[in-house]
Amino acid sequence: MYSNAYIFRYASIMVILVAAILSSAAMLLKPMQQRNEAVDKMQSILAAAGIPDVSAGDAIKLFNQNVTNMIVIDNKGNIIDDFTAEGKQDSKAFKINPKDELYKKSQGKDFELAMYVINLNGEKIYIIPLRGVGLWGPVWGNIALKDDFNTVVGVTFGHKSETPGLGAEIETPIFEDQFPGKTLFDETGKFKSVRVMKGGVANLSAADQFHAVDAITGGTITSNGVSDMLQNVLESYVPYFKKQV
Amino acid sequence: MNTVKREKEPLFSPKNRKLLLSPINLNNPITVQVLGICSALAVTAKMKPAFVMSVSVIVVTALANLIISLLRNGIPPRIRIIVQLVVIATLVIVVDQVLKAYVYDVSKQLSVFVGLIITNCIIMGRLEAFAMSSKPWPSLLDGIGNGIGYGIILVVVGFVRELFGSGSVWGYPVVPAGFFEMGYRNNGFMILPPMALIIIGIIIWIQRSRNKELYQEN
Repeated sequence: MYSNAYIFRYASIMVILVAAILSSAAMLLKPMQQRNEAVDKMQSILAAAGIPDVSAGDAIKLFNQNVTNMIVIDNKGNIIDDFTAEGKQDSKAFKINPKDELYKKSQGKDFELAMYVINLNGEKIYIIPLRGVGLWGPVWGNIALKDDFNTVVGVTFGHKSETPGLGAEIETPIFEDQFPGKTLFDETGKFKSVRVMKGGVANLSAADQFHAVDAITGGTITSNGVSDMLQNVLESYVPYFKKQV
Repeated sequence: MNTVKREKEPLFSPKNRKLLLSPINLNNPITVQVLGICSALAVTAKMKPAFVMSVSVIVVTALANLIISLLRNGIPPRIRIIVQLVVIATLVIVVDQVLKAYVYDVSKQLSVFVGLIITNCIIMGRLEAFAMSSKPWPSLLDGIGNGIGYGIILVVVGFVRELFGSGSVWGYPVVPAGFFEMGYRNNGFMILPPMALIIIGIIIWIQRSRNKELYQEN
């Protein structure tokens, strides 16, 4: 039989050893993991602007070639940082975490937002990072707008753990391809966002069809999450849009 | 003088070979013991994640078996399950971190399921049933064998589901575009977990009908 003292000693030494192993593994691998996350973010941004299937090896190069400005704006629509040099992955705009900023927004505090400008075939495209909640966990994405700050060029979505075959369909082309051509504002200049709605966009009036896409059958809560995410994030940029046009 | 020398067992004696090979067919953890089904349903929609998951589980079962076997004489029986869990959890976290650093896209697809290797009954079962009472080398073989037995089924299920569900193998399209023009459609049901269960059921059926040893008397 083992004494209680032995068991305590055994457990303590084991825990300390394991802690040391795990923290050194985490520290050793951290730089590579952060690089992978940055590359993944760049691929997603480029895909939203219409440069899909960028390989992980080319992402940093292509990102720096195509992106001209990395902008940070405050919640009143003023530009507070505009980064144009090489090494855009180190700019302030790239490091802003939309989750933290949207939390500040929900608390009624001042917050900062990121925006990326891509020059594609002579046209300026503005890309906005999105962040919201789905059914099981966070959903995120990027939305690309034309320089009228109204027309959608493209979107990409991602999610942590939405239901495969149902909510997880938000990251498929079938869903994402509905967005290009939609508009954020109606003719009177009122902010409408793009809603993900049940019941069929085809049944809406011609004017409303520009502000809605079809939801996913069986993925109602994820669809609503995407809809709320678009509304919540894009409305924060409205002061900036108004100053531009 | 001591002339009676104990015969050293060769590394791959018939007994050790059996440890390595029997989990692949007659003692397969998924199709015969029906363990580890949960992850087998979740990560087999495509072949590549299924393969990476298999390799991860092989690494974890092999190393966990080896470590527990090395420690087996010092582990206090009253906290042995906790010790086993700590060893498994440590290995799984390290595997997860390595995947995030080296194969980020696959790790994104596997998401929480790598972490859930901790709860895979195969690993815990092998530690408790084998490694706690066996020498390190047989334990290592037993771990690798059970990991491979699990992995083979995962990859086979992944192959079938990807072929009929997405029309591709290992991410490369294999169904000719002409088929789609003629009205062929990918089977969406193949992507959903229930189909994985049905495929595993079919594999169990085929395996039992070919192996008399597996017939159950009732």
